[in-house]
Amino acid sequence: MKEGSDFISNLGRIYGTYAGGFIGFVLVLAVLEQLGVPNKILGYLFVFLTIGVYAVIGWMSRTAQLSEYYVAGRRVPAFYNGMATGADWMSAASFISMAGGLYLQGYDGLAYVLGWTGGYVLVANLFAPYLRKFGQFTVPDFLGVRYGGHIARSGGVLVLFCASFTYVVAQVFGVGIITSRFLGISFELSVFVGLLGILVCSMLGGMRAVTWTQIAQYIILIIAYLTPVVWLSTKKYGIPIPELTYGQALQDIAALESKLGILKGHMAAFADAKGQFSWDKFNNFFALTFCLMVGTASLPHILMRYFTTPNVRDARMSVGWSIFFIFLLYFTAPAYAAFAKLEVYSNVIGQPIASLPAWVQNWQAVGGMLTIKDANGDGILQLAELVINQDIVVLSTPEIAGLPYVVSGLVAAGGLAAALSTADGLLLAIANALSHDVYYKMIDPKASTVRRLVVARALLVVVAVVAAATASTRPSGIIQMVAWAFSLAAAGLFVPVVMGIWWKKTTNVAAVTGMLVGFFICLYYLVMTRYYPAEFKALWGTDLWFGITNISAAIFGMPVGFLITWGLSHVTEAPSKEMQDFVDSIRRPKGAVAWTKDAVHE
Amino acid sequence: MSEISKETVEAHWNETLSLMKIIMLLWVVFSFVVHAFAIQLNSVVILGFPLGFYMAAQGSLIAFVVICFWNAKAQNKIDEKYGVAED
Repeated sequence: MKEGSDFISNLGRIYGTYAGGFIGFVLVLAVLEQLGVPNKILGYLFVFLTIGVYAVIGWMSRTAQLSEYYVAGRRVPAFYNGMATGADWMSAASFISMAGGLYLQGYDGLAYVLGWTGGYVLVANLFAPYLRKFGQFTVPDFLGVRYGGHIARSGGVLVLFCASFTYVVAQVFGVGIITSRFLGISFELSVFVGLLGILVCSMLGGMRAVTWTQIAQYIILIIAYLTPVVWLSTKKYGIPIPELTYGQALQDIAALESKLGILKGHMAAFADAKGQFSWDKFNNFFALTFCLMVGTASLPHILMRYFTTPNVRDARMSVGWSIFFIFLLYFTAPAYAAFAKLEVYSNVIGQPIASLPAWVQNWQAVGGMLTIKDANGDGILQLAELVINQDIVVLSTPEIAGLPYVVSGLVAAGGLAAALSTADGLLLAIANALSHDVYYKMIDPKASTVRRLVVARALLVVVAVVAAATASTRPSGIIQMVAWAFSLAAAGLFVPVVMGIWWKKTTNVAAVTGMLVGFFICLYYLVMTRYYPAEFKALWGTDLWFGITNISAAIFGMPVGFLITWGLSHVTEAPSKEMQDFVDSIRRPKGAVAWTKDAVHE
Repeated sequence: MSEISKETVEAHWNETLSLMKIIMLLWVVFSFVVHAFAIQLNSVVILGFPLGFYMAAQGSLIAFVVICFWNAKAQNKIDEKYGVAED
């Protein structure tokens, strides 16, 4: 991809043509379906042609320059960086699982919708412009410079690795579900097919390739997400704006709920299974919202996207565009869930089990994602006899609602785009931290450019393979793994980065101690309550601290980390004048960064 | 950097701090305070949407988008006022 000013100024036309081409491609497939081309072929075309496009972009964006590989040459305009961040951000969890969570949990699932958008206010206000001014390659870079060296840098790499690795495993898992269902191959094999899709985008071109691919992926994922909901909204209520019409769907659901005898309504806030107010639900809702927001502002693969804009002003604007593009999907998700629920309640429940259409068997074949058990033996499907996994609600809704198969294929391509784009961003964040922060900064500072790029690419492949191997063991549900990643990042990275920028008196010892203590408290709570609940109970006399589930583990780690950082900063030696000047210099857009004398920088 | 006086640096940062506090306050209101009253708000129904549900599903999200763009504009203005914006 030639990236002169020509390319940048023609971005609108290039991606406009691309979006038109994609819509044309979908229409051609729709015609093919009507002509009788089998579903399986349509599924193959969707999966392989979209991955093919990403591979072509990845190949065209290959680079041998460090600043291209690490920060896309710092010339991504705010608007397009917003779009790329949207794809980077919206993962398998947002695309595949979130509406499923809303379907199953009703109001309580909205903690995800709130948590995954509100965090951008923190990014815009507290982080992005200052990190852009700082202008290096990674988040551990900032910790290393601000807190005097290798210990802080290593701590940052440790947190980054744990959070991003958990996150990327969830994405590969999502890719596995989709490819397994639409290519009809085993889950374990699908995971490795997905892996190839991830590597072709990122390996040769690093951040540059990932940026231009992510914009292409955003366009596909947003078209794919909106199409079925707009269709259902038009079909049911005659207006193609689902965000407006699902109020009616909510009322219809409420009517069906009382007919089916469901006690906990879809819209009831903080209600237990009997529909009564529950403090446990209330506390967990807000704990989760808080952890997801703070985690958003701490995840390195998101923060590093703001290193790629031409200047501080663009970094600020691009946070605005990011949340706008994310908002388009997020405010549609509750509508998606409502329409899916309405379809299932009105057209699936109460049908004779023997006459259920083919989608039921197809999904039953994908490792227990859907089960139907005729408990009372009457041959009619009751609500309690259908168990649908939240990870397949979005993917199966078009089929459940009887839309043409081409819509299912489109949704699958969108889910794949979401999972691949996030996986690429995460892998790059991990591999860059290892190659740039660990290898170049700590092991071999004299390494040549060629050598640094070889190491970066080799590490990328190694991390990707390990992630795929982990995902193929099906460690947990997508959304749960992702929420853990947010808690780990929130507990470890939020405090040192925010205090490093906003409080000059934060000292090295204080920040490193606070970061590690906060992170390990969070990790301890997570691992113990998940894998050793009996030991945890024996020690603490309770299953959970204050009834908070482990997806919100940062609610314990982060405040402790903050108090330690704040307290220790008062009793340790204040940062030097030099360091305070450095902080001043990243607080204003104008002028050069005032590097301290031991800071190593590019 | 020598051309920017100490007073300018301080005044610029103080105004930035005030903006930061306003934004954080709005963030707390739309992230937590509004939703603490979800049950009460749910008794108001507009176009089929119970208001408590609506705020968590759409209302707060719209507020977040507006806050982010407004934040960028307001901070740019502050930078220009004190002459510390990029050249």
